[in-house]
Amino acid sequence: MSATDTVRRVLDTHAKLKSPADTLAVDADLYAAGMTSHASVNVMLAVEDAFDIEFPDELLTKTTFCSIGSISSAVEGLLEAAA
Amino acid sequence: MPTTIIATPDARPLDERVAHVVAVAARYAGEVDAAARFPAEAVDAMRSTGLLGASLPVALGGEGLTLVQLGSIASRLGGACSSTGMVFAMHHSQVLSLSRHLGGSASLAILAGRIASEQLLIASATTELGIGGDVRSSSCFVDLEGDKVRLIKNAPVISYGSEADLVLVTARRNADSAPSDQVLVVCDSANLRLEATGGWDTLGLRGTASMGYRLNALVPADRVIPEPYDAISSETMLPVCHVLWASVWLGMARTVADTSRHYVRSAARRSIGSVPPGATRLVDLIAELERFESLVDGMARRTDELSENRAALGGVGFAVSINNLKVTASELVAQIAMAALSITGISGYRNDGQYSVARIFRDAQGAALMVHNDRIIANTARLILVQKG
Repeated sequence: MSATDTVRRVLDTHAKLKSPADTLAVDADLYAAGMTSHASVNVMLAVEDAFDIEFPDELLTKTTFCSIGSISSAVEGLLEAAA
Repeated sequence: MPTTIIATPDARPLDERVAHVVAVAARYAGEVDAAARFPAEAVDAMRSTGLLGASLPVALGGEGLTLVQLGSIASRLGGACSSTGMVFAMHHSQVLSLSRHLGGSASLAILAGRIASEQLLIASATTELGIGGDVRSSSCFVDLEGDKVRLIKNAPVISYGSEADLVLVTARRNADSAPSDQVLVVCDSANLRLEATGGWDTLGLRGTASMGYRLNALVPADRVIPEPYDAISSETMLPVCHVLWASVWLGMARTVADTSRHYVRSAARRSIGSVPPGATRLVDLIAELERFESLVDGMARRTDELSENRAALGGVGFAVSINNLKVTASELVAQIAMAALSITGISGYRNDGQYSVARIFRDAQGAALMVHNDRIIANTARLILVQKG
């Protein structure tokens, strides 16, 4: 399963989106799709848990969590840095 | 012909050199604590990166760092290894006590320059047995022997005394002087015999190697700093010590705050949707940390601003503030360490594992005791009586 697929599963569980994550484009705005800022905290924690990573402060911004693509690239960056 | 060791200058920017020393300090912190030994690797790294001379003015071969800059380094070191941070803080308070009070002496200026060119480590012997713990009075005295002076002192504590290249020793000006008529004498380790009278096996700060010694020195007479110790102490030694100690403690507090933050986030990952109980405590801890940061930053800046104003540095108002800094900062580091232990629970209580706060918790208890807060508060109370506004 690619990082993007895992991110979609996390979003389905925690983001409170109006439609399934599979129906959203990678660059679709998640906040416009129904994710609240409160839900985004749960998404952040669940993504950390799923990939066994911890986002550093500088990545804890609204832009990191604004789309499936932005979350996935942040994750991939952290996984590469850890490798 | 005497050989002079010239330290190879490390051309890297200050920030990179500090990062290197911090990494070394962190690597050996556990071992230093477990074995209660001097952090030799980190101090060697300070030497090889030129940090031991960094507080000296550029004219004496140093980097002319401000107290704000030195405090920032002390915090980073203290966050990695409390003992290493304390050695850095104590060393630079001694460097500045010498370099800011040369009183026009050419030989003292040359000696100060050697701190940078040879990267000398400086310790201090201010306490003495039989004087009731008051560092502002001495029983031992400077005894003239030809063109040299003899100094015999029974010191209950000389932090890292055996490791130091120079020791700054307080003593009465001569055999007839009053206990409070003190001078500061710069003793080269080559002219110094230190006979250990006690070990250093403590709850925390186990790497400062603060052993007791019987000190016997025979040094050239021009190694006695002409200015009275009274002025050196109030204008430089106390302010610099308190600002740099507080900076080390701030670094320790930041480290346990980070550990607590990681711990709470990991708990949150296990119970997504509910805020873990530690998060509320973490809010209080962060608030305390922010108070701590502005206190230390404010006093470091204020001391830097006054650095050329000897009257203000020696004034009652400043003395009260600088004493209060030590007391408040030592209480804050202990409170924050306690809060971190509550947040991290058994994981923090353990000596091992990524969430351990045990070592810093123990180290933090020393802050209020090294120059006991009760003694400082009693001194401040006397000052308050004469303070105007």
